[in-house]
Amino acid sequence: MAKLNRSPWLLHYDGSSCNGCDIEVLACLTPVYDVERFGVVNTGNPLHADILLITGGINSQNQAVVQQIYSQMPNPKVVVAVGACACTGGIFKECYNIHGGVDTTIPVDIYVPGCAARPESIIDGVVKAVGVFQEKYEKYVSENKERKRSS
Amino acid sequence: MNTTRLLCCLGYILLAPFIGGLLDGIDRKLSARMQGRTGPSILQPFYDIIKLFHKQIFLVNHSQFFLVGSYLVFVIFSGALMFAGYDLLMSFFALTTAAMFLVLASCSTHSPFSAMASQRELLQMMSYEPMVLLACVGFYLATGSFQVSDIIQSNLSPIVFLPGFFIGFVYILTIKMRKSPFDISTAHHAHQEMVRGVTTEMVGSLYAITQIAEWYENVMLLGIVALFFINGNPISWPLAILGVLFVYFLETLIDNTTARLKWSKVLSSAWLVTLLFGGLNLLVLDLMIKYR
Ligand code: SF4
Repeated sequence: MAKLNRSPWLLHYDGSSCNGCDIEVLACLTPVYDVERFGVVNTGNPLHADILLITGGINSQNQAVVQQIYSQMPNPKVVVAVGACACTGGIFKECYNIHGGVDTTIPVDIYVPGCAARPESIIDGVVKAVGVFQEKYEKYVSENKERKRSS
Repeated sequence: MNTTRLLCCLGYILLAPFIGGLLDGIDRKLSARMQGRTGPSILQPFYDIIKLFHKQIFLVNHSQFFLVGSYLVFVIFSGALMFAGYDLLMSFFALTTAAMFLVLASCSTHSPFSAMASQRELLQMMSYEPMVLLACVGFYLATGSFQVSDIIQSNLSPIVFLPGFFIGFVYILTIKMRKSPFDISTAHHAHQEMVRGVTTEMVGSLYAITQIAEWYENVMLLGIVALFFINGNPISWPLAILGVLFVYFLETLIDNTTARLKWSKVLSSAWLVTLLFGGLNLLVLDLMIKYR
């Protein structure tokens, strides 16, 4: 089984966040935190992404967008919800247009708490996500094998 | 002679992806260091490729695999021609054909981003192609042959006669390698304008193939840079390697210190440099040959 956990490519999507978490996500790329040392590439293309990093909650307008981005990502894929808003809806939870956290729309694998989530905890979340990524890949391969066998 | 040709050719086909990938890794490490970061491991490009080959694949249409595959095959063909010591002109024509296949592959997907990027890719080709052809002519005038096997046997390094051509070639190398001021059709960095440009719709192994083709292409282009330094004397070979490494470092430096240009600037500046350095050099060379 190939080791895929050395090359996680990220796609960052800003839901209805206040931009606090987004700044922290970008801070991870700066010389101080430098996530690229783990092989992380911040790609803008869902077709090339392995990990979907979402900040902010889901609202009526971005729900379809999040769904589409998720469906465009090839398997195996992992979703990380960054910040209180993405986890539960956070401070905006009671707003008329907010559905809640990211898990109201797509399955979430890792929840990163905080308002705003600290870069350290974001990196921690990404590293955990990389582990899940490898697990999902192994599951994906065995599922594929089974499908081939049955057909 | 024929066995050396075969060995060089095989050596290129087998080793070029490793050298290209390693150079890519060094490039990423160097870039990170220039920005004050630690950066990924030098082997990172290989990890990326392995991962890409294991991802699920979405095909937009069936011709995509054929077109991307042809891109790879033609790049390898052109490099193999050059490293086997055959005609330089022929090898560059094959490289242009390869580039056309990439454009076709990107066009075939109907994504607006790919479509826009393919137009820009064509513009890039328009910008660098004159200098590429001029460089071939330069090699011919300096050494009396288009054959790579003859060029490397000349008495003096071609760069002695072709300093202008060399500057022009390094300039368009930046376009060819998709380095920063000229990375308008697709870039290696996160700050993209058009998602991923020509490779937007290439998923998993398709994208991996374009990456490998790019490594082959880079090794071939750096081979041309080496050709400027090599002469009949074996001492020129290590010098050529040093020259190639210096040019590669320069490209990384340019990549990290410049901001992306608009397509019109890319075209006009490339043609200006071609005309100024390549053209003047050509004129001088022509006069030298006439009054020798
Ligand atoms: S969790 Fe806090 S910082 Fe992050 S988007 Fe929500 S309100 Fe802003």
